[in-house]
Amino acid sequence: MRKIKSAANLERAREQIISKQKKYAAVISVCGGTGCQAYGCAKVKRAFQRGLGKEKLRGRVALKYTGCPGFCERGPLVTLYPQNIFYQRVKVEDVPLIISETIQNGRKVEHLLFEDSVDRQKIISSQEIPFYRSQMRLLLKNNDLIDPTQIEDYVAVGGYQSLAKAIYQMNPEQIIKEIKDSGLRGRGGAGYPTGKKWEECRKTPGDTKYIICNCDEGDPGAFMDRSLLEGNPHSILEGMLIGAYAIGASQGFIYVRHEYPLAHKHAEIAITQARKSGLLGRNILGSGFDFEVETAKGGGAFVCGESTALIASIEGKVGEPRSKQVHTVMQGLWEKPTNLNNVETWANVPLIIRQGSQWFSSIGTEKSKGTKIFSLVGRVKNTGLVEVPMGITLKEIIFDIGGGPKDGKAIKAVQTGGPSGGCIPAFLFDLPVDYDSLTQAGSMMGSGGMIVLDEGTCMVDMAKYFVHFLREESCGKCLPCREGLKRMGEILDGITAGRGNRESLFLLEELAAVVADTSLCGLGKTAPNPVLSALKYFRPEFEDHIDQKRCPAGVCTALIHYSIAEESCVGCGACKKICPTKAIAGEKKQSHRILSELCSQCGSCRDVCQVNAVWVQ
Amino acid sequence: MELGAVNGIIDKYQAKITSLISILHDIQDQYNYLPETALKKVASRLQMDLNDLYGVATFYKSFSLVPKGRHSITLCRGTACHVQGGPKILREMKKELAIEPGQTTKDKNFSLEVVNCLGVCAIGPVMVVDGKFYGEMNWVKAKRIVEKIMKKGNGGRA
Ligand SMILES: Cc1cc2nc3c(=O)[nH]c(=O)nc-3n(C[C@H](O)[C@H](O)[C@H](O)COP(=O)(O)O)c2cc1C
Ligand code: SF4
Ligand code: SF4
Ligand code: FES
Ligand code: FES
Repeated sequence: MRKIKSAANLERAREQIISKQKKYAAVISVCGGTGCQAYGCAKVKRAFQRGLGKEKLRGRVALKYTGCPGFCERGPLVTLYPQNIFYQRVKVEDVPLIISETIQNGRKVEHLLFEDSVDRQKIISSQEIPFYRSQMRLLLKNNDLIDPTQIEDYVAVGGYQSLAKAIYQMNPEQIIKEIKDSGLRGRGGAGYPTGKKWEECRKTPGDTKYIICNCDEGDPGAFMDRSLLEGNPHSILEGMLIGAYAIGASQGFIYVRHEYPLAHKHAEIAITQARKSGLLGRNILGSGFDFEVETAKGGGAFVCGESTALIASIEGKVGEPRSKQVHTVMQGLWEKPTNLNNVETWANVPLIIRQGSQWFSSIGTEKSKGTKIFSLVGRVKNTGLVEVPMGITLKEIIFDIGGGPKDGKAIKAVQTGGPSGGCIPAFLFDLPVDYDSLTQAGSMMGSGGMIVLDEGTCMVDMAKYFVHFLREESCGKCLPCREGLKRMGEILDGITAGRGNRESLFLLEELAAVVADTSLCGLGKTAPNPVLSALKYFRPEFEDHIDQKRCPAGVCTALIHYSIAEESCVGCGACKKICPTKAIAGEKKQSHRILSELCSQCGSCRDVCQVNAVWVQ
Repeated sequence: MELGAVNGIIDKYQAKITSLISILHDIQDQYNYLPETALKKVASRLQMDLNDLYGVATFYKSFSLVPKGRHSITLCRGTACHVQGGPKILREMKKELAIEPGQTTKDKNFSLEVVNCLGVCAIGPVMVVDGKFYGEMNWVKAKRIVEKIMKKGNGGRA
């Protein structure tokens, strides 16, 4: 794209791009996100390239390698326009068929369509699929329409129009007022009002100010930020540009964890393209406004998502938090006023500027506005990214969108808010999803991880998992966080090994209170949440482990027994072959049995048994 | 040790301190670990105290100060992978390779790593072998992949 020197220029460039794109009779969008890459989408894309060449269709059919539309579990995904046909689990072998049937003859390839699990109907377009039906996709909308490495694609869907509007039709105060009026709250976890943060940073005296985009996304089980930065990097840049203009910042950083190489790469490409197009650097859009952005890589430490640790990490120091007595908006990066926001927060900005605060605040609940992206994963049928208006209930997300339990086992809870959050039990699934309701329920919105747990999940094991996770990720600066979490881990280890007593639970609660009260940063302050919420809602499970020495979910190895149901066993011998301790006896074609003195509870026999004859108690 | 590439890597990032982690990652990709001589070079060119640099390099689990194995096996220990059976895969890998996460086998053939989340939770449990992603894993499949590499002998990468 040529250099754009004014707002009118931008509009002309957009018209030109659109008219150029019109010459294609069809568009094939292959998802190129990290999830689909794991399923081999790169090969699928190459097969399309070859196939289109062979059929001499290259000039008439456009092939796009897009960002993630969210239904990663069904990858590789391919969408065909203009008919809007959604193909899932596409393999290289399917490609010639798609070209000959759909592209050349307009017929559908039945076996690639999504099938409704209830009525067995084949569904053609993604909007009709239950997974997408109840969603409200504002931020993710363009992910499957644009190639994230092509700035033209973003401009074609109206990209950078909000920037032009902000610079030419608004002054910084008006922009900040618009963001404040919209009610946008930070999507990184704590939910701090974005406009207010911007205002504080703008008002702080100083010539040099910084803004930061937090794409550390340390919450395990969450990938919203990855998909946004990877799939639509220019929307983040545009948000940052508007923020920089409003706050008066001249330099920005996008901090990306190193586990997200594609997101980092796409951010780099977007920065280069925006600079070449006159949308970044000096004299942006001919307005005299200067702003630069660079990326910084994270080292994969969870604590580096915390704002002060993140800043230390960009400065080349050890990523340890510091006291927040002085806020980062006053003294952040290199002691200068710094405004830090999450990826999804930045992505909302262009939408608000373009469509107005009134439109935005009409979506959501009284205190939680707009949409929120969740990564719905775990023991649920449909997994992937879902974008929903705030205020939707957990039940709607888990059952309508997620399709309910994965393989028959009843769903018992959902974990939200990552390691700072907690588990919400199924009887509270009518709760609306907003910042305040989730906090009241003892969990939190967090950045958007939503991990569904079923009867096969042990809540004591979950509590133990989070405590160990946080103990390993603690930077170790504060004694209560370092030692307290270690001790809590030991107690939970004891309970799952059958060595717990009633005292253990009180000690656990006492320690939890101390760690929460006396730790310096958010990691330590919220670390006890997963344990406390588990104790609050699932205390009987803890008591079963302690009193009965029994793990009802069949997870804690020390407390379970394996046995083979005589009437179901077909005597195939698969378990006998796999058993590492030779604990299984029995002749071929005859019922097998487990010698419990030899069994190490590894569970291998149960995994290999085709007829589900192995039982766990 | 031949360190010709180190200067090039530092130049690529214009010796900027904000790129420190990227520089260290690139060096590690090149040499399979962070050699001491390379760290000295980085410290001098970025005008950092070598001790501070060591502080950073040891703070992040993704860096290694000792050479890693020819093949890398990375397991996700994120929540989504955990509830889908991740721990069983880790248990099996530890047994198969007789090492703990973060360690390298004696014959330098395999390194075992764990990461907090790879961002492909929808297809968990996830395992990465020599950069290739495997979704919907279980311990049986994981074992097969490792055995296949072992069978190919101790030679180069798979
Ligand atoms: C231990 C810890 C880890 C965090 N990790 C992240 C993260 O990965 N991504 C993120 O955006 N915010 C994270 N946060 C919150 C940030 O510190 C900060 O509040 C947020 O990025 C601000 O942006 P927002 O106002 O747009 O939400 C973390 C906080 C703590 C205490
Ligand atoms: S609370 Fe934990 S992670 Fe946070 S600064 Fe203290 S020791 Fe480090
Ligand atoms: S649980 Fe493991 S050790 Fe026990 S019988 Fe089954 S395969 Fe053998
Ligand atoms: S990465 Fe392809 S759908 Fe998510
Ligand atoms: S939890 Fe394993 S990839 Fe996210």
